Amino acid sequence: MIAAAGAILRKDLRLELRTKESVPAMTLFTLTVYVLFHFGLDRDSLDGELAAGVLWVTLLLAAVIGVSRLFAAEREQGGIDGLLLAPVDRTALFVAKAAALFLFLAAVEVVAVPAFGLLLLGPELGGALPELIAVLALADLGIATVGALVAALAAETNARELIVPLLLLPLMVPVLIASAQATEPLLRQDQGPEDLARWLGVLTLYDVVFVLLSVAVFDYLLED
Amino acid sequence: MYSKGFRSLALATVVTLATALTLVFFYAPLDADQGFIQKIFYVHVPMAIVALGGFVAGGVMAIRHLRSGDPSWDVRSYVAIHLSIILGVGVLATGAIWAKASWGHWWVWDEPVLVSFLVVFLLYCVYYPLRFSIEDPGRQARYSSVFAIAAGAFVPLNFIAVRLAEAYTHPRVLSQTGGSLPGEMRLTFLVSLLAMTLLFVTLWKLELTAKHAAMQLRRLKRRLAEREVVTT
Amino acid sequence: MEPAIELEGLGRRYGERLALAGVTVSLPPGATLAVLGANGAGKTTLLRVLAALLRPHAGRARVLGAELPRERWKVPGRVGYLGHDPLLYRELSARENLKYHARLHGVDSDRVRRVLGAVGMEHRADEPLRELSRGMVQRLAVARAVLHDPPLLLLDEPRAHLDPAAADRLEPLIGRASGRTRVLVSHDVEGALAEADFALGLKAGRQVFAGIVEATAARELYR
Repeated sequence: MIAAAGAILRKDLRLELRTKESVPAMTLFTLTVYVLFHFGLDRDSLDGELAAGVLWVTLLLAAVIGVSRLFAAEREQGGIDGLLLAPVDRTALFVAKAAALFLFLAAVEVVAVPAFGLLLLGPELGGALPELIAVLALADLGIATVGALVAALAAETNARELIVPLLLLPLMVPVLIASAQATEPLLRQDQGPEDLARWLGVLTLYDVVFVLLSVAVFDYLLED
Repeated sequence: MYSKGFRSLALATVVTLATALTLVFFYAPLDADQGFIQKIFYVHVPMAIVALGGFVAGGVMAIRHLRSGDPSWDVRSYVAIHLSIILGVGVLATGAIWAKASWGHWWVWDEPVLVSFLVVFLLYCVYYPLRFSIEDPGRQARYSSVFAIAAGAFVPLNFIAVRLAEAYTHPRVLSQTGGSLPGEMRLTFLVSLLAMTLLFVTLWKLELTAKHAAMQLRRLKRRLAEREVVTT
Repeated sequence: MEPAIELEGLGRRYGERLALAGVTVSLPPGATLAVLGANGAGKTTLLRVLAALLRPHAGRARVLGAELPRERWKVPGRVGYLGHDPLLYRELSARENLKYHARLHGVDSDRVRRVLGAVGMEHRADEPLRELSRGMVQRLAVARAVLHDPPLLLLDEPRAHLDPAAADRLEPLIGRASGRTRVLVSHDVEGALAEADFALGLKAGRQVFAGIVEATAARELYR
């Protein structure tokens, strides 16, 4: 199953590198939203709660774009049939898609987080970087898992572009809460992690529940 | 199939509802601070508990649907969720009224149960567009079930996260929903909860019976139409 | 010898409509079955049921010894499916597409090279598919279908988009000469019947005939 997931992932990464559809759009989107927040909030620099909130809401909105495009190649070109006809565990598709989304999010964050530090953040980013990366990693895992599930759920509907944000964003609320709460003390003037373990714990719980759940139900989405 | 015991159920519901109303208006004490409007608590909280219970039950029925492949479990799940969403509107409305009476605002973010309920409600509202935008009936049922399971698992996770966050930003004392209730209020509350639960189950069975009948009718019509095709 | 395909009263619903009903046929290994019928008669549905992409709702079905739907997991990898969709990624090259499918089927890359040669596409194997003609894509779709050397071929209009020379070239891979069991869907009634051992006719999902038939009887399906 892992080998098949690897093959699918490699194919998706190759397609993304060639078409450059998702990652550049998501990255550009986050930068644009930062500018919107600057004008909307009428602030030159943010710190603490406001900074954490803007950072995470922007990332989640960008994730919506990634989720909407996640099965696009299958829909528009290759077809899921190719996978269903192969002697392969169908969970491999879920693993591959979630992994792809995780990597896309990470790629976006490599640009978006420093950009945030540059454009909107008051305090320096450097100090609490390791903790921030830990939060990003766990949050991305949750977003990628639920994102892949939502992408598959919305794949067959006609109203896909509407369903994806409406479905994904409420499901992301616990991730948003935990990530923003964990990040807030990291983005203050007197930065340092506070209760980080608690919020990382919430993220981990969320990730575990949804990974197990998605793996269990994904097969039913591909049947018949 | 569904009418077995329905009459007794409906009767029990009416009796319990009447009892609950009597208790609410005549037995439960008047709240010193909030006055009469506080009694909406006996509607708001049971409604919320039953709605959440309905969502989770819908998720459990969805699991049974996926494992058995029996479409009747999907119908049961759909009706449970559908009724809970309607109750959800009631929860938010009564919650707003109560918030206005207690704190002077139509909405407050301090109440973790109400806030997490709003998120859950927004999520479940997407059930309808998701379900009805899928044409193939088999797929519609399966996808609805997957949603019901994911959303059902989401309910407790969301509540935990919201509760933890509220504890941080608003370390307020818990409202009347938590803590202990004086004897008379507790009795009234429990009876109200029972009445709401029975009402939900009665409506659930009622709607299932109606759907079942409609399906039988369609099936018969279809068979008649097919017979005509064969004989002509 | 056990039949490659054994169907008895096979049925499939689409909601309340019947997509297939009463399909009964027994196909020995190595034989060719022609499936005929007008558009919407259920030919593609039948093919997809045989490929274990769709689950039968009624009747019995055995494909390559696997009981459907109970043992449907046994079918993938043993069937070569050529539908209307080539099931290939336009942004990737022929070689990349076939290597991907090779990995999914556990086939080594040497076979990819040989199949590319067999369909005559080695010289353009590294260009993205969107730059190739529809006929070339069809050839690559055939390559994909036979890559894992399946004993059963399910072919939906295999000659579509192909000129006669190209179609002939593919004979040893998907034609009678390949020796594989084949189920062939085609609107070319005479052509299909000429290369078939058995024929099955569908009208509005129902089986109208099965066996050896003349072309005139088959034409009735289109009325």
